[in-house]
Amino acid sequence: MKGFPNLLRQALLSLVLVFSAVSLSFGQDGSDPAKGKQLFNQNCAACHALNRKMTGPALANVETRLAEDEGLDREWLYAWIKNSAGVISSGDDYANRIYNEYNKAAMTAFPTLSNEDIDNILAYTSAPPPAPVTPAATTAVGATSAEGNGANSDLVLAVLSFVLLVLVAMLVLVNRTLRQIAVANGIQVEKEKVQRLPLWKAFAQNQFLVFVSVIILLLSSAYFAYAYMMQIGIDQGYAPVQPIHYSHKIHAGDNKIECTYCHSSARVSKHSGIPSLNVCMNCHKSIYEYTGNPEGPSAEDLANGYTNEFYTGEIKKLYKAVGWDEENQRYTGESYPVEWVRIHNLPDFVYFNHSQHYSVAGVECQTCHGPVEEMEVMYQYAPLTMGWCINCHRETNVKLTSNPYYEKIHEELSKKYGVDELTAAQMGGLECGKCHY
Amino acid sequence: MKSVLSKITLIALALTAVSCFDKSKPNFQYFPNMYESVGYETYGEAPILPENTAALLPAEGTVPRGWLPYRFDNTLEGKELARVDKNPLLVENRDSDLAKGKELYNVYCAICHGIKGDGQGTLVKREKILGVPTYADVARNITVGSTYHTIYYGLNSMGSYAAQLSSEEEIWQISAYVMELKKDLTK
Repeated sequence: MKGFPNLLRQALLSLVLVFSAVSLSFGQDGSDPAKGKQLFNQNCAACHALNRKMTGPALANVETRLAEDEGLDREWLYAWIKNSAGVISSGDDYANRIYNEYNKAAMTAFPTLSNEDIDNILAYTSAPPPAPVTPAATTAVGATSAEGNGANSDLVLAVLSFVLLVLVAMLVLVNRTLRQIAVANGIQVEKEKVQRLPLWKAFAQNQFLVFVSVIILLLSSAYFAYAYMMQIGIDQGYAPVQPIHYSHKIHAGDNKIECTYCHSSARVSKHSGIPSLNVCMNCHKSIYEYTGNPEGPSAEDLANGYTNEFYTGEIKKLYKAVGWDEENQRYTGESYPVEWVRIHNLPDFVYFNHSQHYSVAGVECQTCHGPVEEMEVMYQYAPLTMGWCINCHRETNVKLTSNPYYEKIHEELSKKYGVDELTAAQMGGLECGKCHY
Repeated sequence: MKSVLSKITLIALALTAVSCFDKSKPNFQYFPNMYESVGYETYGEAPILPENTAALLPAEGTVPRGWLPYRFDNTLEGKELARVDKNPLLVENRDSDLAKGKELYNVYCAICHGIKGDGQGTLVKREKILGVPTYADVARNITVGSTYHTIYYGLNSMGSYAAQLSSEEEIWQISAYVMELKKDLTK
């Protein structure tokens, strides 16, 4: 019941915030920061943030800063936003300075924005509407209830073990009093020892029993020896710790990025390459922190230490490796290779081609790699043994649609085998030389 | 007694051996010299090479297969010149080129630019990346040539995609498909 006053306080706080938001939401000159935020996110946010440099400068309080530092008014901003290239070529001093400062990255012209739109955007940059407070409240409540659950189960365990201890103590006491009573009454409690043949001698004398148990022993040890030897060289479940904690769950699961976005060479080559860091930077130039799911981190993630701060820290590791200077938004040129640990590794005597399976046969990545979009830590899903390969070749039909390459051979082979659809095995997928040469 | 004891120890040994697979380390192998390559492996360590890695940039002045040197610079002037560049793909293959372009677009571009090219990709909807413009934007007035230039070099917050596409042909296929999307959006 400790949570209740907390909840009340939060509700009060959010009420206060909502009121202040309402009173703030209309700027001095009737412009609307909420509309401005919408326009900002649609048009400006690719290159500008409020409080940090991106491709373009930070824009919080841009109007007052320009007025105070450079003596530029709103008219200048109108002209700049609608056609920055024009202002630069007109020889405007500040325009040329800022253009050169940002590596001559030209700002797109926005002739479609009206003066009123720009007023709204400027109102947003000078007084952003406060962030909604409700998610924070719900996560706080969620956290307390989760904590409550943990405390409850701990308490139950403690009570149970205490009861068990008391029971044990009671049994010992009862036993002792009974013995004392027996001694007082003069009853002999100890039994006399009978001289019998020891069990193992009796066992050794029975030849049939010895024979049977030897056979059982041999069979079971053969079974365990076989099971043990068959798993040598198989890395199913191998999940090494990587130098940068990359979550496939967040990228491929939550954000639904296609596998071949990063592993692009799987489409066209033998290898499904490890993406070079510039591929990471395609998005992480803009995404500099992890803000998490809208629902907030799950209890399981928190237990593993996967907080928003943790993920943001991993993004910073990427910046360090690729040599990205966040402060000045440019590459320093000082980079070092990230030593990813390879998980799926076929022996050197096997040939495997990714493009043949992904592009030609149209096999889903998940068929061999498992539910990658649910893996927080990547692991080897399939055993990658020869038996596993062969099994799939026996069961999978060759994909012939929209592939005229196979038409003729399919016609002949399907007649030979008397089937409608050929499996990969019937196309020669079991021949040794196809993979071992 | 002895046989029972040895049996138990054997089973225990076998069980520990089977159950002790450490997930953070690879299992051991029979005859590892048949498993492990004598030559340097892709992305592997290579002590004789710079930075101790086999993954290196192509030698300077070499031209990868499927590519020719691009004749426009990575500057605004270059982009303006590229604007009038024509799509060299054959008209006869238009349908298959557009189909391939769509497939590639949906993998590499749609995540931000949206399936329809309206700037409403998954990452934008989830507010991870903001401010992605629609292809119908009048001020940008994209052409097939300027799209090629942007994919090849990147522009402002967008990075270069030349590394993820395997040939010039693929960039042209995507550019042509982007023009289709623009046509549909401005209809």
